Amino acid sequence: MSSSTDTTSVGTNPEEGRSGVTPPARRVRTRSDSWQRRIPLLPALIFVIVMTQLPFLGTIIISFMNWNAYYPDERGFAGFSNFARVFTDVNARSAVLVTILITVATVLISLVLGLAIALLLDRKFRGQGIVRTMMIAPFLVVPVAAALLWKHALYNPEYGLFNGLLTLVLGENAPQPDWVGSMPLPALVAALVWQWTPFMMLILLAGLQSRPLDVVEAARIDGASEFRIFTSMTLPHLRQYIELSTLLGTIYVVQNFDHVFTITAGATGTANLPYFIYQTFYTAQDYGRASAAGVVTVLGTLIVAMFALRTAFAIFKEEGR
Amino acid sequence: MSTQTTATTGTTTTTVGGRTYRQPKPPRRGVFLTVLAWVVGLLFFFPVLWMVLVSFRAETDAASNPPELFAPISLEGYRTFFEAGPWPPLLNSMTASLVSTALVILLAFPAAYALSIRPVKKWTDVLFFFLSTKMLPIVAGILPIYLFAQATNLLDNIWLLIILYTSMNMPIAVWMLQSFLAEVPVEMLEAAQVDGASLLTTLRQVVAPVVMPGIASAALICFIFSWNELLLARVLTSTVASTAPVFLTSFVTSQGLFLAKVCAASFVVSLPVLAAGFAAQDKLVQGLSMGAVK
Repeated sequence: MSSSTDTTSVGTNPEEGRSGVTPPARRVRTRSDSWQRRIPLLPALIFVIVMTQLPFLGTIIISFMNWNAYYPDERGFAGFSNFARVFTDVNARSAVLVTILITVATVLISLVLGLAIALLLDRKFRGQGIVRTMMIAPFLVVPVAAALLWKHALYNPEYGLFNGLLTLVLGENAPQPDWVGSMPLPALVAALVWQWTPFMMLILLAGLQSRPLDVVEAARIDGASEFRIFTSMTLPHLRQYIELSTLLGTIYVVQNFDHVFTITAGATGTANLPYFIYQTFYTAQDYGRASAAGVVTVLGTLIVAMFALRTAFAIFKEEGR
Repeated sequence: MSTQTTATTGTTTTTVGGRTYRQPKPPRRGVFLTVLAWVVGLLFFFPVLWMVLVSFRAETDAASNPPELFAPISLEGYRTFFEAGPWPPLLNSMTASLVSTALVILLAFPAAYALSIRPVKKWTDVLFFFLSTKMLPIVAGILPIYLFAQATNLLDNIWLLIILYTSMNMPIAVWMLQSFLAEVPVEMLEAAQVDGASLLTTLRQVVAPVVMPGIASAALICFIFSWNELLLARVLTSTVASTAPVFLTSFVTSQGLFLAKVCAASFVVSLPVLAAGFAAQDKLVQGLSMGAVK
């Protein structure tokens, strides 16, 4: 019965009436037509709904339960107590803060570096291709491998490259800091920035290369300074690319597990939310509390996502047909 | 004259139109920027190069402080790595990445068609929904998935990972393909419709050939993300279905901290992604910018 109203609404939608058909025939046609339009979409849509929404629904349900795998007899309804524990737990609160810190620092630094390097590579010079290839490499190293590389080959206080270079430059008595031990968060962020800067750079470089050069040339001939061209032509043109890379970077860095797991194993206040939840569920087997933390993570992410997605939405609107 | 030299080192399009006197960047600045670009490129590349260099050393040479740039070549690290039995996990990773990528493209391509060429109503909302699922951190759904897999005996089964990787990469693929499909000229499709081509025929014979580069770049990115995934694989697999990243973490803890081995293992596991990424650089760039912003 709702289908009849559906049909009329479809029929009156100006977007639908691409083929000029007479009204009576049109009603029937648009209905089957709109199904024909939907069918190719449905497998992917249903698959994604089932695979993402159902597990999250499960997480919500478990978050209201008393459920620790070590005490199977005590399973039952818990009300909001898991949430109360998450909000009063020092570790959980620190995980929220750490997630925000790591994400903001990593995304901002990689974005600025990525922009600078994209500008540097957007000129013709000898070996341009080689330099670009070298720049891409960090993004192509498997994240766990990259984390291992940083932890053992670069940061290690005894035989890591960084302290080795210090010895090489300053001699026998060079300071040999314990990078991960004394500054765990900056150490994590540095490794993440190394991996994500090429990603930002790639998107921004694509943006730069789509820039209409004749306009820039005209501005230059009119005597506009390089700085002026950058601020009032290049940056506005890059806006969408900057937003896009920020959005994608944020989605992936918020969820980072590999680096925290590998480099610090969450020690000395570096556990972010994904690692905290992993630990609560996998090591402590506290399903209820882990789920509550998961729900809190999603709510937090959604708040950020609202802003970010609105941005992405603007991109679709502008290119929508 | 000086502009001539600038042109060879390749400063912008200075000499075009005989306007050389207008904005002659001093050649020194061009050289400086070129050198700077090389320095930055080398800086970012150096850790990767270091990984490769150290992987070909004997353990005693690998752990030297101060570092030695040139040490005798040794295959010790690789021998240890391959003796530790990396083939099953490498094969698992390959299977999971390739099969899930194929599934993603198979499902995402028709969906992208429905979102761009003959758009369903409210197609932006649907696209919005797809993208919003990417905002759900994987960790927020992992416990029910784990419990479900435990109850149905799917733990340590590569097919579970394949299905999960498929759903993990679907939103990005739909998003990318949608923007690539939006470039297919409408006239082409109308012609196909007039000829009475079915949906499948249209997709296979009219649309797919046009957007092949888009499909390739979407597939490449799905492959990379599947190959790299650690959290799901770590929680949901143990012995039979464990993937290369999981093997990598266990390899290091069980073998102690031996630098050459760690570097050899990291390099081998990264090799497929490095090779694919280097080979398809342009596609990667195209895919990452997703043609979304035109």
